[in-house]
Amino acid sequence: MSTLYDFALRMGDNTLILGHRVSEWCGHAPVLEEDIALANTALDLIGQTQLWLGLAAEEEGTGKTADDIAFLRDAWDFRNALLCELPNGDFGRTLMRQYLFDQWHLLMLQELQKSSEKRVSDIADKAIKEVSYHVERSRDTVVGLGDGTAESHKRMQDALDYLYPYVGELFTPDAVDDAATKEGIAPDLASLREAYDAAVAATMAEATLALPESRFGHKGGRNGKMHTEHLGHILTQMQWLQRAYPGATW
Amino acid sequence: MSKEWPLWEIFIRGQHGLSHRHVGSLHAPDAEMAIKNARDVYTRRNEGQSIWVVEAKHISASSPSDKGPLYEPSESKVYRHPTFFDIPEDVGAM
Repeated sequence: MSTLYDFALRMGDNTLILGHRVSEWCGHAPVLEEDIALANTALDLIGQTQLWLGLAAEEEGTGKTADDIAFLRDAWDFRNALLCELPNGDFGRTLMRQYLFDQWHLLMLQELQKSSEKRVSDIADKAIKEVSYHVERSRDTVVGLGDGTAESHKRMQDALDYLYPYVGELFTPDAVDDAATKEGIAPDLASLREAYDAAVAATMAEATLALPESRFGHKGGRNGKMHTEHLGHILTQMQWLQRAYPGATW
Repeated sequence: MSKEWPLWEIFIRGQHGLSHRHVGSLHAPDAEMAIKNARDVYTRRNEGQSIWVVEAKHISASSPSDKGPLYEPSESKVYRHPTFFDIPEDVGAM
């Protein structure tokens, strides 16, 4: 399969799995306003998934659709970063995960706007407007809760400690990424790290949270070699309808 | 101190040239978040060009029981309406 296919799959699986995770809050968020905001974010991510997986399907060229790719693959075929599939935990952890992802997502899309592949830069142009808002919102919430009450501060620090080891994977290129960089499709992932670190450090300082010192990074999601046990559970829920009633539409 | 976020009244301008209209209210910890929440709650379907938020406690309202003194005196003063002029036909609808 082509480099573009692999690349689109990784982007689309990130937004699909994270979008599904965020949608789990629908009807459960602590206040109505946050509930709607989270649902909006989830819908934005699912919308971007349609574009990325649509591109992957087009590139695969066997007549599959974005829906086929989303609903008819098993866990080992998914190429999302592990960060996206981690459980929501409490509201604070969900927003911390969102911020850590959004900040990367924004930097990535900024670079993808310069992609040599027009279909990629088109998606980036569209998605970046949504993602600029996502990061603004998740950043504010991380700062508000981090620099909030003793209880919210503790929960946000716990969330950061738990999630930070999953950040490294976003910046660790493998052969697929190297090929995408060489073809001008995507930036060198490692080159995004400096700007990411600066932005995250500023946010955490404002949130009075301490960034973990260790740069250890779990990996295995983006190449599908070792997803966490949580992904399978997402899929049982997400794919249930298409598995039980193949081809069902409404 | 109350644990509830304060209530904000939300005003949205739909298009350039129109005035901001009250669309509803929501809770938020501060003005900035109120604008963000308003964006999510009230502009999902492309309703807005501009958002104003005002903390509800800063709005002074007239009292319904003052209706008589406030509005009744104008009821008997039809001459305040510009309805006694003949409008030339080519002016069209006004």
